[in-house]
Amino acid sequence: MWRDAGLVAVKDLRVEARSRVATNQVLPFALVVLILFAFALDPDRGLLARASAGLFWVTVLFAAVLAIQRSFALEADDARDALRLSGLDEAGIFLGKAAAVAAQLLVLEAVLAVGVAVLYNVALRSAALLALVCVLATVGIAAAGIVYGVVAAGLRVRDTLLPLLVLPVLAPVLLAATRASEAALDGAVSEAWPWVRLLTVFATIYTVFGVVGFGPLLEEA
Amino acid sequence: MGTIVRFRSAVSLLGRFPALAGVDLDVVSGEVLLIHGPNGAGKTTLLRACAGLVAIGSGEARVLGHDLCRDRRPIRRRVGLLGPATFLYDELTVEDNLRFAARAAGRPVEAGLAAMARLGLDGRLRQVAVARLSTGQRRRAALAAVVARDPELWLLDEPHAGLDADGRDLLATIVAEAVAGGATVMMASHELDRAATLATRQVLMAGGRITGGVSDDVSGGDPATPDGSSGGQEPDSPPRWDRADSVA
Repeated sequence: MWRDAGLVAVKDLRVEARSRVATNQVLPFALVVLILFAFALDPDRGLLARASAGLFWVTVLFAAVLAIQRSFALEADDARDALRLSGLDEAGIFLGKAAAVAAQLLVLEAVLAVGVAVLYNVALRSAALLALVCVLATVGIAAAGIVYGVVAAGLRVRDTLLPLLVLPVLAPVLLAATRASEAALDGAVSEAWPWVRLLTVFATIYTVFGVVGFGPLLEEA
Repeated sequence: MGTIVRFRSAVSLLGRFPALAGVDLDVVSGEVLLIHGPNGAGKTTLLRACAGLVAIGSGEARVLGHDLCRDRRPIRRRVGLLGPATFLYDELTVEDNLRFAARAAGRPVEAGLAAMARLGLDGRLRQVAVARLSTGQRRRAALAAVVARDPELWLLDEPHAGLDADGRDLLATIVAEAVAGGATVMMASHELDRAATLATRQVLMAGGRITGGVSDDVSGGDPATPDGSSGGQEPDSPPRWDRADSVA
């Protein structure tokens, strides 16, 4: 399983590195969303700084949908057949794809964090906590995204269906990551732990569910 | 010789349409079976069923000893399917694709590189992205991916499509080598003049069923019967058609 996961993750990241979709489309899209928020909510009123954590994670979620769609779109002519015929362990495919999406999202979040600090004039008081929140939330987003991505992969309406499927499911991640990030920005570390626990539970549930259920979902999607 | 494929009254539904409507077929080890018939006869579905990609709704279906009605997944690592889709990654180079194909099948990377050389893709095409290859070159790369997997059962759906004369000659050599190495081949093709020279037995499909067969088995063993299962035929007799009375 781990060998296959590494094989899939390296392959997916290599495809992204060659195609540059993540750097030329997903990242600019996310930055444009950040800038549009800055236009819509005037920085001078202080509203942007207060809402910066929520805007950051909404932007990450939008970008994550693109990354998840891309993860299945790159699977040759027929995503399900290519994956099923590969002979790879299904749990390994899930872990590999989730790891590749998570790696891309973490890079994206690092760039967006700099963008938020510059555009929204936000000061960070607990970088370690924010890093932990980003890792946990990203694992949850990637795991849930790949689970719902494979469900949508076999459908003709997958591009429009995936956001409808995955965004409501990721609402708890958005809530918990936003609250924990606000605590990290304010330096109120103790207020973050309940939300960190929620992120941990979410990431664990969807990772376990993906390892167990990705094979049957790949078969039946 | 062992039976590699055994279908009895196998039915497969695509939606509500019976793409396989009661297939009876035996394929024994070392055979090169040519399946032909009109468009929509069920040839591609039969090959996909043998690859474990299509569910068998009723009847019996065993491939390489695995009961496809119970679990289709274990068979996939042991078969190689060359179909209309290349199953290659457009953004990756030919070499990257073949390395991945070999490793995914549990084979060493060298198997992928050897397959690349075997199909004549080890020159300037080696580092070219698949998206930039011509149709024929993509077909060669897809065939190389099957070669790299070294499957026990080769499932070739219109294998000559897109290949030039040299490619078709190479395909014939590769099929012969695979069979000599102990593999079994099932092939669906409309190019009978080319495909028939590779085949040791032919069957006709129509309406989701095997409706007839003809044998040209040079080894003299396991020729076809009208229902497509192995039967008996004189080794030196010319290829002949045996049509089933009722064509679906």
